[in-house]
Amino acid sequence: MDIDLITNILYAMIRTGTPLLIVALGELVCEKSGVLNLGQEGMMLMGAVVGFIVTLLSGSLLLGFILAMVAGVLMSLIFGLITMELSANQVATGLALTIFGTGLSAFIGSEFVGKPIEGLDPVFIPVLTDLPIIGRMLFGQDLIVYLSFILFGAVYWFINHSRPGLVLKAVGENPHAANAIGLPVFKTRYLAIIFGGAMAGLAGGYLSLAYTPLWAENMSAGRGWIALALVVFASWKAERVLLGAWLFGLASILHLVFQGLGFAVSPNLLAILPYLATVVVLVILSSNQTRSRLVAPMSLGNPFHARG
Amino acid sequence: MKQHSPPPRLSLRGITKQYPGCLANDDVHLDIAPAEIHALLGENGAGKSTLMKVIYGLVKPDRGEVLWDGLPIEVKDPAQARKMGIGMVFQHFSLFETLTVTENIALALGDDAGALDQLAEKIRTVSEKYGMTINPEREIHTLSVGERQRVEIVRCLVQNIKLLILDEPTSVLTPQEVDSLFITLRQLASEGCSILFISHKLNEVKALCHNATVLRAGRVSGECVPAEEDTTSMAKLMVGDDTPVSTTYPKKLRSTPLLCISDLNLHSDDPFGVHLKHINLTVNAGEIVGIAGVAGNGQEELLASLSGEHLCPDGKTITFAGDAVADLPPDQRRRWGLGFVPEERLGRGAVPEMSLTENALLTGFLSGLLSKGMVAWKKAETFADQIIDQYRVKAAGRHAQADSLSGGNLQKFIIGREIMQNPKILIAAHPTWGVDIGAATAIHKALISLRDKGTAILVISEDIDELFLISDRIGAICNGALSPVKPTPESSIQELGRMMAGDFSQSAHEGSATL
Repeated sequence: MDIDLITNILYAMIRTGTPLLIVALGELVCEKSGVLNLGQEGMMLMGAVVGFIVTLLSGSLLLGFILAMVAGVLMSLIFGLITMELSANQVATGLALTIFGTGLSAFIGSEFVGKPIEGLDPVFIPVLTDLPIIGRMLFGQDLIVYLSFILFGAVYWFINHSRPGLVLKAVGENPHAANAIGLPVFKTRYLAIIFGGAMAGLAGGYLSLAYTPLWAENMSAGRGWIALALVVFASWKAERVLLGAWLFGLASILHLVFQGLGFAVSPNLLAILPYLATVVVLVILSSNQTRSRLVAPMSLGNPFHARG
Repeated sequence: MKQHSPPPRLSLRGITKQYPGCLANDDVHLDIAPAEIHALLGENGAGKSTLMKVIYGLVKPDRGEVLWDGLPIEVKDPAQARKMGIGMVFQHFSLFETLTVTENIALALGDDAGALDQLAEKIRTVSEKYGMTINPEREIHTLSVGERQRVEIVRCLVQNIKLLILDEPTSVLTPQEVDSLFITLRQLASEGCSILFISHKLNEVKALCHNATVLRAGRVSGECVPAEEDTTSMAKLMVGDDTPVSTTYPKKLRSTPLLCISDLNLHSDDPFGVHLKHINLTVNAGEIVGIAGVAGNGQEELLASLSGEHLCPDGKTITFAGDAVADLPPDQRRRWGLGFVPEERLGRGAVPEMSLTENALLTGFLSGLLSKGMVAWKKAETFADQIIDQYRVKAAGRHAQADSLSGGNLQKFIIGREIMQNPKILIAAHPTWGVDIGAATAIHKALISLRDKGTAILVISEDIDELFLISDRIGAICNGALSPVKPTPESSIQELGRMMAGDFSQSAHEGSATL
């Protein structure tokens, strides 16, 4: 294996991992508040299609990304209203959101399939880009990749070191106790859901505006589901989400690597790797009850009813 | 009305709160002076919790006003209550298990918490000042129940507190822990803090409180100075005149073993569970054995082994009249003649979404409610009606869903269901938990008459008074080990308290087997 190949693999790994990282960070914050939103895939697709159309019509990538996030937020608000105000089952609602988003995005985007736009260009950071091996990987990417680094840092700090992060964790562990000591349960959960939606929208926009600058029906191709698995894989820790996203990114380009090395392995076979890894982690986690009980937000998936 | 020179710290004027189908508070008046320890007495369902939630801003009253230091105010939410200097210690702790003591307290303090390391220092200082040492760095799930309560109290004390509300604070403590809690509360009151002590335990109120307000069915039924009253007169205020409040039952010593546990060991899978260690216990036909203990010391695990929810590999570990049953599932044990009243009423004692008839059927199907494999609904309904009638269960009828009943009424229903099947062995966890005095007396009488018919009864309870009242022999469980079980007349509350704290000194070396 020569240096160029390694450099390229690492570059592609980060690039492929970025949408996963962004969605998973959003879902991580959402799940920390005790809300399980399975609608990631649907929110991503809506972000992708809205971002693409806006950029195509306006010519502005920035506007495309912003409205992609807005689309994700609007989708997440549907989820929020149904699960929070109407206390509907989070799992069922999330699944419905994914189905809804998949269908709606295909409908909206049918006119725009295959139309070309000018995608997001990489921004080379002088000097650093030329570092061997890691230069391209960390400093030769586009702005959204850099933004994902910042987002990771922000989420990590927020969850582990900020007071609102503490509130978030408390609400996710025991919303009733949180309410009893006067923490804003509803507000916290709404904000977490909205953040999750914004991140899913951004990741969707990244797919259609930067990763492969075009719109195709169902173009997120299961990344929303991988991100959900990723949060479990990371046992709800931000730093592991970062690592996992890049690992999963690597797993999904492995077939290219193997081709480069002269092995023929079916890409479909390799595509199961992230899920396999998640199953393994789940098994390891649940083998020890102490760990499994302390690691996941305790009220994950439980609706919170307002006091009577 | 009492005369105080300064205005009362807190004054409630005509508080009324109506819930659908239930008038929780009806024109309630209450005054608490600075530095006063005031008792709020009442049975379960008398409206204590609602009143306390009104003070803490969790419930909005329909009518009435709240005066704070003489000025009318509206407490909108707990955050505002906290800012005013009201602290509350809940019966069911509002702590976050995966967070540390400091983080928990920081959460409650809001923006006033400041830096975590300074707060930790403050927690250490305050907890030592009031004799309630806690380590701020520990995570809550590693703490005992008593320690958790300290965290709740310290959480109130680190702020500038003027009124501390404690909801049934002693129900989870050993008698020794109760004593030290009282010392802390007196110290606090002497520094000017008002304390509202909610309880139904008359002895404690008598020992601690300056004044008492008694609630019955949502109304104030009387006010008194506990030190000048005897417990019977206060109990009368709580339950009304026509209910007998105290009796004693003759103790019996029997010698026909029916339920035998020999060397029961259980490794709990639950991270917050307790491992059972070498439990030996015999319950004879026609006697009641009482096991005291602070919650979370192995009661759940012991109950699970007895009910059949946890199976032992060696069937002989538990025997019913010599039959090895420890490896048999719950339904086979019930077929043998076991009656079981679990700790959790909703979810284990009853299915919340099912009607009372259906719930009666759940364990009653063995006693003739089936015909040719089909449910005999008429009989099941009669059976449910009998329970409701005999145990005076307040419900909308046998069609009422189990979760529509108050805790105490559901408890009466579950106990009644088990007792009416005339079990050969009855295992009851907290048989009168949350039940009013009148109904508790009825349940005690039913247990005693079941005993006199020859049933072996094991009662596991946190209520020591109850255990002394009905048990023929008594012991305690602590950290998964069982103390020696002694005839009740030879034991004392002090000794039992020591045993609840794990001090089995007198016969610890001869092994814990008795009889």
